[in-house]
Amino acid sequence: MIKFNLFVLPFSLGLIYIVYSIIMHYYRWIKALPALDKVKLSTGIRTPSKVFASLKEIFLEGLIHRKLWKRNPLLGYMHMSFALGWFLLIVMGNLESRVYHGAHFNAPYYPIFLKFFIHDRLVLFFEIFTVPAFFRFMMDFLLLFVLSGLVLALVKRKQSNWFGMKQTTRHSLFDRVILTCLWLIFPMRLLAESYTAGYFHGGGGFLTQNLGNLLIAVTPGPAELIAYFFWWSYSLVLGLFFIMMPYSRYMHIPSELLLIVFRHCGIQPKKWGSAFSDLEVYSCSRCGVCIDACQLNFAAGINNIQAVYLIRGQRDQYIPENIALTCMLCGRCQEVCPVGIKVDSLRLIKRREIGSGQVSDFSYIASSHPGFADVVYFAGCMSHLTPSITIAMEGLFTAAGVNYLFLDRDGSICCGRPLMLAGKDKQANELMEFNKTLIRQTRARLLVTSCPICYKIFREEYNLPIRIQHHSQYLLDLVRNGKIPLQSQHRKVVYHDPCDLGRGGNIYSAPRELLGKISDLLPSEKECANALCCGGSLGLMNTSVQSKDEVTRNALHSLLEHEPDFLVTACPLCKKTFAKHSGTEVKDIAEMVYDAIP
Amino acid sequence: MIDFGYTLTRDRQLDYDRGDFRFLRIVRAMEPSLDVCIGCGSCTATCSAGHFTGFNIRKLHTLIQRGDNETIKAELKKCMFCGKCQLVCPRGVNLRNLILAMNRAIEQLG
Repeated sequence: MIKFNLFVLPFSLGLIYIVYSIIMHYYRWIKALPALDKVKLSTGIRTPSKVFASLKEIFLEGLIHRKLWKRNPLLGYMHMSFALGWFLLIVMGNLESRVYHGAHFNAPYYPIFLKFFIHDRLVLFFEIFTVPAFFRFMMDFLLLFVLSGLVLALVKRKQSNWFGMKQTTRHSLFDRVILTCLWLIFPMRLLAESYTAGYFHGGGGFLTQNLGNLLIAVTPGPAELIAYFFWWSYSLVLGLFFIMMPYSRYMHIPSELLLIVFRHCGIQPKKWGSAFSDLEVYSCSRCGVCIDACQLNFAAGINNIQAVYLIRGQRDQYIPENIALTCMLCGRCQEVCPVGIKVDSLRLIKRREIGSGQVSDFSYIASSHPGFADVVYFAGCMSHLTPSITIAMEGLFTAAGVNYLFLDRDGSICCGRPLMLAGKDKQANELMEFNKTLIRQTRARLLVTSCPICYKIFREEYNLPIRIQHHSQYLLDLVRNGKIPLQSQHRKVVYHDPCDLGRGGNIYSAPRELLGKISDLLPSEKECANALCCGGSLGLMNTSVQSKDEVTRNALHSLLEHEPDFLVTACPLCKKTFAKHSGTEVKDIAEMVYDAIP
Repeated sequence: MIDFGYTLTRDRQLDYDRGDFRFLRIVRAMEPSLDVCIGCGSCTATCSAGHFTGFNIRKLHTLIQRGDNETIKAELKKCMFCGKCQLVCPRGVNLRNLILAMNRAIEQLG
């Protein structure tokens, strides 16, 4: 006999719609991939190791929410109870429905509304050890698991600091409507199942049966009708949730699964936007973890431009210009993003749209042959503002007896990254060509730069046939090879990680090892991947100097907590920015090494 | 032409009635710190592009005030956008955004 009732229709229609919508989205994303990425995808999904890695990440991040657990256990539990709890409810519900219905194909609504159709009593003592009793217990347990998360979600609205979040996302009206639907689903299910179990004196587990008995006892009125009302409500909120889902942030659930697969297949974001970036935009859950990480927010009080708002703007096909331009591109937000969205690349895509129309004319640059050397040293524009760095570097090259060439001794041709950060890639490429030619002409085998900004673009965009090192790496090599004798000065220092060297270039240990040899390195509250930006970032376009100064002072406050003798950094821009506000002397790591030569 | 041993100097008169101040308005709206400049010239002294050619941001600042947009258009293309000017500015003028604002004004005015 077919089990059916009219109230299953809203849910069923919603389900059909969401399945159709997900299939269409997946089809669109995969179809829009460039040919090379399609090949990567089709080989990837046939490589067992990649499939396994994807499934593992889907389990750990999509269901368990491991990154959020690490951030704050309460936050992790809340997300896990929703994701894992709901997932297990679906799986367990399907298994349970098979106990009562042996057919190969069950109507999709059948497991969802099973308790409406099945409510037989388990009367005898030994029956609590039977399969149906087991499922009843498990289903109630899982429902309780999800409901505990719901309670936490409600608490989080008022007390987000308990969840390790100072600020949460300001949601739009539509987001709040669908959030309400989501929150209503599980209480409705609880009430519907309880009333039915209470009315029939059977069919429920430890939670629904007892609650049902109680409800029937204390509420007057036709219990069957009340139960029916809740079944309708349950079906309606589920159906509504599914119908709104493709237009809401909850589309992150199916999107993130595909994103994880894309990533494991080696698909990368493209400069001008692509299916991958579109998928990243859909994968944002708007959890708002990025808001607390943003220094512009907590140090300068600018709270409307964070990653979550950029991505929401992209989803709505409209990003206000100031959201794209007001950002230091320090990378702190993408470091904490539980979905691992490359926010900086999304922001740069928007900046390229804004900045592409403008032209440059660099025909005035006339360079002569730079000469030959083993090592070519490129100080970078900013290092010319901090001559102590270039003096130290030249002294160190000489002390180590290196055959070097100071390529931009008489003024730098900019590396191009500042233009690129403004979305002017074409102009940046013109500058890059000049530098590429000069570097190639030297026939050097190693390029050393003092500026992390230059270092990043040399490595990522220049395609140079030679090795590229930041001076902190290079000096460490020299010291290790015994080229520079050092004597520790035993001065207390704190090291500041420059954004483009640390998060941007993944160089954390070399400067620390080097400093460990010549000084007493103190820890700081926020370091390595969690390091603060100095506030001088060239990524920031339209923010006032006053706001930048606030970022700088805030960072200094954190760095100078242990009262070091020197604040050491490895970037001329950081040095120059900090020096303006710091009471403690700011030194570059090259200066420190130079001073440590006995 | 007979060489009399002297030449006529170019007309240095500024006619503010013929200046196009729409440009100034757009730039000022986008970057108000334009107005705190004291014309010290630190920006120009450190300029990466200025090292190779006659690019002069202080001059650009003057040209905006005069409404001489054609000269600005040609000059602006030389900027490398490295940001040194901004770091040395004693008045805290957001010079990189000023350059962006000028670019934007050119786009808007055609």
